[in-house]
Amino acid sequence: MNNIKPDHHLMIEGAGCASCVGKIEGALKATNGVVNAEMNFADRTVQVTGAVKTEELIKAVESIGYNAKPIDDSSAIDTFDEKEAADWVYYKNLMRDTFIALSLGVPLMIYSIVVGEMTVETSLERMSWLVVGILTFGVMYFSGKHFYVGAWKSFKNHSANMDTLIALGTGTAWVYSMVVVFAPDAVPLMARHVYFEATAMIISLINLGLALEIKARGKTSEAIKRLIGLQAKTATVIRDNKEVQIGIEQVLLNDVVKVKPGEKITVDGVVLEGHTSIDESMLTGEPMPVEKTEEDEVVAGTLNKSGMILFRATRVGKDTALAQIINMVKRAQNSKPPIGRLADVISAYFVPVVMIISILSALAWLNFGPDPAIAFAIVSATTVLIIACPCALGLATPMSVMVGVGKAAEAGVLIRNGEALQTASKITAMILDKTGTITEGAPKVTDIVLAKATDEKEVLQLAASLESGSEHPLAQAIVESALEQDIELLKIESFNAITGFGVEANCNNKALLFGNDKLMKLKGIDLTGFVEQAQSLAKEAKTPMYFAVNGELAAIIAVADPIKSDSISAIKRLQTNGIRVIMLTGDNKETAAAVAKKAGISEFFAEVLPEDKANKVKELQDSGETVGMTGDGINDAPALALADVGFAIGTGTDVAIESADITLMRGSLHGLADAIAVSKATLRNIKQNLFGAFVYNVAGVPFAAGILYPFFGILLSPVIAGAAMAFSSLTVVSNANRLRLFKAKEH
Amino acid sequence: MLINLLGLVLIALIVWWFWLYKPNKTIVQNSEVLIEVKDGVYSPSSIQVSASQPVTLKFMRKDQSPCAETILIPSLDISKQLKLNEVTQITLLNLSPGEHEFHCQMQMYRGVLKVI
Repeated sequence: MNNIKPDHHLMIEGAGCASCVGKIEGALKATNGVVNAEMNFADRTVQVTGAVKTEELIKAVESIGYNAKPIDDSSAIDTFDEKEAADWVYYKNLMRDTFIALSLGVPLMIYSIVVGEMTVETSLERMSWLVVGILTFGVMYFSGKHFYVGAWKSFKNHSANMDTLIALGTGTAWVYSMVVVFAPDAVPLMARHVYFEATAMIISLINLGLALEIKARGKTSEAIKRLIGLQAKTATVIRDNKEVQIGIEQVLLNDVVKVKPGEKITVDGVVLEGHTSIDESMLTGEPMPVEKTEEDEVVAGTLNKSGMILFRATRVGKDTALAQIINMVKRAQNSKPPIGRLADVISAYFVPVVMIISILSALAWLNFGPDPAIAFAIVSATTVLIIACPCALGLATPMSVMVGVGKAAEAGVLIRNGEALQTASKITAMILDKTGTITEGAPKVTDIVLAKATDEKEVLQLAASLESGSEHPLAQAIVESALEQDIELLKIESFNAITGFGVEANCNNKALLFGNDKLMKLKGIDLTGFVEQAQSLAKEAKTPMYFAVNGELAAIIAVADPIKSDSISAIKRLQTNGIRVIMLTGDNKETAAAVAKKAGISEFFAEVLPEDKANKVKELQDSGETVGMTGDGINDAPALALADVGFAIGTGTDVAIESADITLMRGSLHGLADAIAVSKATLRNIKQNLFGAFVYNVAGVPFAAGILYPFFGILLSPVIAGAAMAFSSLTVVSNANRLRLFKAKEH
Repeated sequence: MLINLLGLVLIALIVWWFWLYKPNKTIVQNSEVLIEVKDGVYSPSSIQVSASQPVTLKFMRKDQSPCAETILIPSLDISKQLKLNEVTQITLLNLSPGEHEFHCQMQMYRGVLKVI
C-alpha cells in the first residue's frame, strides 16, 4: 500500500525520565504492524520500523500521555515560526545583556571623559576600583558568559572563533586592571590605569551588534518564508465517504482531497471532479490563471480561484513540487559561489593569526614604545583582538547568496547553487533552442489557402480525418485544429504513409493526398499558381503542405509553431545587455531563417541534430565565450550539461529541478534576463561585502596595533574597536539586505 | 628579553595548538553518531567512519546563535538547517575514503569526518 511507510522517525515530547523509554517503546510495539521501536532518550526521538501509518503511531504515544510528532528528515518544509520564536528569545536575551553591560559601561565612560584617566594612586582609589572591578566581573558573567564559554570550548577543541577574540580582548583588559588594583607596584606609575570601561563597553556593543544582526538576518530569508507560507496547514480529505479536516502532514498518497474556491491547493494531485481556474503565479511568476479540469495536474501552494474540485493526491509531504522547490532554494542559499572561497580559506586561519599579531604588537610597544610601554602594549593588544572581525568576512558571501537566490525564486527562477549564480553573471553567449524555447512548442494551423475546394471546414474535416492516422507533430496540429472547431472526424480507408513525402487514404469514396510538393509532383497534381503562395508562407516561418482530393489540389494548409508572445522582447533584453544570442534548431534553413528574423536573432544554426547541439556549445566555448544554453531539458540534456550554465525551461510547474543549473519555472524567456540580472546584482553585492570586510580587517588591525602612533600620536581605544567590530558584520548583513530591493527590469 | 621570549613561546604555542595538533578522532562503531552543537563547537568534532557502511550524523543544536543554524559539508554538496533543540539527521551513503570537512556558514564551527 502506498500510504503506509516502512520507517518512521518521531520526536517525543514530555519524556522526562529514562523510565519513559520502555513505556513508549512498549506502546509502539503493541501497535499493529510495528516490527520494532527504538527510542533514543538522549535526543528524545524514536525510530519505528513496520508497515503502519504515522498517525497510528502518534495515537499510540498520545494514549500513554506523551506527545509525538513526525520528524521530516528531509527538512524540506518546516515552519519558520519556531525559528522566529527562537530568534526572538535570543534577541531579547542579547538586548538584556547589552543593557546590563551598558548600565556599568556608560557611567564609566562618562567618568573617563569628565574626570579623565582612570588611574590608581591612592588607597581610596584602589578600593573604589576594586568595587568597579567586581561589578565588571559581574557584567562579564551575566552579559558575556557566552563569549567565555564558547571561547573555552573552542580552545579545548583546538579551534578559535570570534568568541576567542572577544574573550581574550576583554579578559586581558580586566586582568590587567585587576593587577593594577591589587598590585599597583608591579606596574610603572604612569601605567596604573584601569580599563574596566573597555571590558563593559565591548561586551555591551558586541551583544548589541549580534542582536541587530539577528534582526537583519531575519529579513534575508523573507523569500523562503514566503514560499513556505504558500503551504496550506490543513486539508479536507474524503475518507470513508466523509469529509475530514486533517493536518497537511497527514495527507496520504491517493487520498481524495477537496478544495473550495479561494482555498490553496494542499498537495500535488490530479483533478478527479470539477472545473476551476488556478492562480499559479506564486510559483511560476505567470500572472494569468490556468484552467483546470478532470485529468489536469494541480500543484500544492497554488490558489484555487473559481470552482470546487476534488483531486487525487499524487505527491505529498516532501515530494510535492513546492517542497522540492523550497528544498532547492534552501540548498542553493547555503551553497557558496567560488568567489567566496578565498574568504573561507582566510576565515580558517584568521583568529590565530590575529592572536599572533596581537602578541607581536604588544612586543613592539614593550620594546620600542614610549612610557608607559606596558599600558600601550595592553591597549594595543586588546584593541587588535577586538577590532578584527572574522564574521564580516565569513558573512560577506552567504548573506548575499541567501538574498539573491531568494530574490530569483520570487521571479520564478530556481538557481541550483552558488556556482551557477556566479557563472550566470558572466555569460557572454546564450544559445536558445527554437522549439518550445523561443516558440510555443505546439504547432498550430495558421492558414488554409483554398484552391479547388470552396469550404474551409470541409477541407479541414477531410485533412484532419486523413492525418488522424499519422503520428507526425504537424499532422497532430491539423487534427487538433479540427477538434477545436468541433469538426467530426470521418472514417478513412487504405491509409498509406509515404515516408519523406506525406500520406494518402480514401474517405467517403474520395482519394485524399496530403504532403509536400514532391508528393504532388509524384502523383501528377497540378500546382500551377500555388507554388508562389506556398513559398511566401514558408518565408513567414510557416510550413506549407498541399492537400489534394481526387487528383486535384484542394488547398494549401500551413502549420506554424508560433513564437511566444514575449520572446522577442526578452531576446532584445539579452542583446541589450551585451549577450550574443544564437538559435539552434533541427528545422530546415528557410523556417529557421524566418523564425530567427522574426525573433530578432541574427545568428542561427539550422538542421542541427540533437546530438550535435553539445558540439555547438563546445565550439562557442572554444572561441572564448561563456556559454548559456537554454532548452526544455529533454533532448537538450548533453548540451545543457556541457554549457557553462544550463537553463531548463519549465512548462508551468512541471519543473525539471535536477536537470539544469538554473530552472525557469515559467515558459517566458524573460526568466533568462531576470536570472542573469539577479546574478549580476548578487555578485556585485558579494564583491562590495568582501571588499568592505577585507579593507576593514586589513586597515583596522594595523590601525589598532598603533601604526599611526609614531606619525600622528593616534592610538585607537578598545571601546571604539568594539563598536567598529560589532557594526562591521551588521554592515555586511545590511548591504546584503539591499538586494531585496532589486527589481528585474520591466518586461 | 624575557618578555620577548615569552611572546615567541606564546606564538609557537598558538601555531601548535590551533594548526599543528591533530585531535583524537571519535570512531563511529555503529551506524550513527550524535553531534552536539553548543557553545560554538561541534562535539565530537573529529569523527572517523568506515567507508563500508552508511552513517547517520545526528546534529543536536543547543546553541541559539544564528551561526549554528546551518551545517555545510561542501565536499558532499550538503547543507542543512539545524533546528534549535531538535535533532537533524544527515545520512551518508557510499562514502569514499578521505576527509570531509563540515562547518557553519562562517567556518567558526568546524569539524571533520574521516572516512577510512
